[in-house]
Amino acid sequence: MKLKRNVAVSENGFLFNPETGDSFIVNPIAKEILNYLKEGYDIEKINQLILDRYEVDLVTLEKNMEDFLKMLQHNELLDR
Amino acid sequence: MKKLDYERPILNKVNAGMPDKFGMKTKTATLSHIEEHSVHDILKEFGSPVYVISEPCIRKTYRTAHKAFSTRYPRVQFAWSYKTNYMNAVCKIFHSEGAWAEVVSGFEYSKAIENGISGDQIIFNGPEKSKEDLERAITDGAMIHLDSLDEFYFLGELAQKLDKKANVALRINLDAGIYPRWDRFGFNLENGEAWHALNRIMLHEHMELVGLHTHMGTYITAVSAYAIAAGKLADMAVRLQRKFNHSIKYLDLGGGFATKNTLKGAYLPGADTCPSFDDYAEALTSALLGSELPPDKLPLLLLETGRALIDEAGYALGSVLANKRLVDGRRATVIDIGVNMLFTAFWYAHEVMPTKLNSEQTENTTIYGPLCMNIDIIREAIQFPLLQKGDAIVIPRIGAYNMTQWMQFIKLRPPVLLIDEDRKIHVIRKKESFQEFNAQENVPKHLK
Repeated sequence: MKLKRNVAVSENGFLFNPETGDSFIVNPIAKEILNYLKEGYDIEKINQLILDRYEVDLVTLEKNMEDFLKMLQHNELLDR
Repeated sequence: MKKLDYERPILNKVNAGMPDKFGMKTKTATLSHIEEHSVHDILKEFGSPVYVISEPCIRKTYRTAHKAFSTRYPRVQFAWSYKTNYMNAVCKIFHSEGAWAEVVSGFEYSKAIENGISGDQIIFNGPEKSKEDLERAITDGAMIHLDSLDEFYFLGELAQKLDKKANVALRINLDAGIYPRWDRFGFNLENGEAWHALNRIMLHEHMELVGLHTHMGTYITAVSAYAIAAGKLADMAVRLQRKFNHSIKYLDLGGGFATKNTLKGAYLPGADTCPSFDDYAEALTSALLGSELPPDKLPLLLLETGRALIDEAGYALGSVLANKRLVDGRRATVIDIGVNMLFTAFWYAHEVMPTKLNSEQTENTTIYGPLCMNIDIIREAIQFPLLQKGDAIVIPRIGAYNMTQWMQFIKLRPPVLLIDEDRKIHVIRKKESFQEFNAQENVPKHLK
């Protein structure tokens, strides 16, 4: 699962999809996840990186991650 | 090394549109304590969901309302509208402040008597009054507000049998320039029905006309309507004086004052549009003082406002049950407060407040109640922070109607707490139990 190559993510969490013309705002943790996705990390690895840095349990993170990926897919931001 | 605070990742689509000149602040308000008690502690001790009522808030609101009217008109009396909230503890607070009782059924009448109110301080309104109810009211000397001609005949017959004079007031519906016009209660003024009924009461041997009453509607934000209604009732009182040389004891202008809750579909929040008690009092009392009523014989001004006196003092405390994603990408949050215990969610866009915020991030969210029923929606769309399962939420301003119009539907009713003036918590209504509820039923022998 990888973020589309032409999707731009700015330093302050502004995201632009040139294919659809849609813009998005993401929170800092989402920006971090997007950068990991861009680098091609798999979900398991991303989860581990977030767990190491944030005060969160695995179940909560997995639930939230699934929802976030669903939203990325819904907005056509992921490579199929 | 200390780990960073976590919040769930979100993706909010930017929807560019016309700037809103009434732009509201987007910051989410939080409420962590009620009268010095932590919401978390309350939920931990009494379970979730739970209602909380603040006694200091009730008393403060009542005194503000009373002062607004009594500083403008010499004779003012409030009557607590039982249907708005008939928890005995709540009624007793209002009675201790000096309010009489306004009831609309035999059940509420019994409650008022149990709460120590004497019959001559009970206003008995409403379309349904049984034979037993009316006989009791006649004997007690309660103020019986007639709703229909059928009731007039019925009451006359009963008073005659008891050989007593019933204290009677006429409920009048009138055009005060507002919509909708309530014409289902009482007798119409403009078509002459009310005057006709008044003549008959005046000529009845077993009835004493004590008052004139109108109740124009609910959540009325146009204070001018009260001025029009007060003027019309005053004219009617003057007309009675002229024809029968009869001074009525009181004018009852009912209730209907708005609260700071926002009505569904309203463009501006209720907190910005709700008139103050002073606004209502100024319009209403100016009309009375400016009328033809003789200054030395001013009738008592009775007010039955319920909603505006209690809404602010009530809170519903609950928790997040689940977060979901709807097909169109919207967030859905399910909480354990449903329309079964928050009937007012059908007409208010209730504020739903978290107890704390980890960040300023929000998502467009639909808030559902816990019932397995499609109508159970608390908010269709609200910019809501990123709460997790188990997080506490507070819905403020729910003191009016929710503890009387609540439904035993799917779930049992939660407990009601009162925080007194010394900040002590009391359970004023126990959580309903399965045993109590089931004990009302009877299964026929052949089905056992």
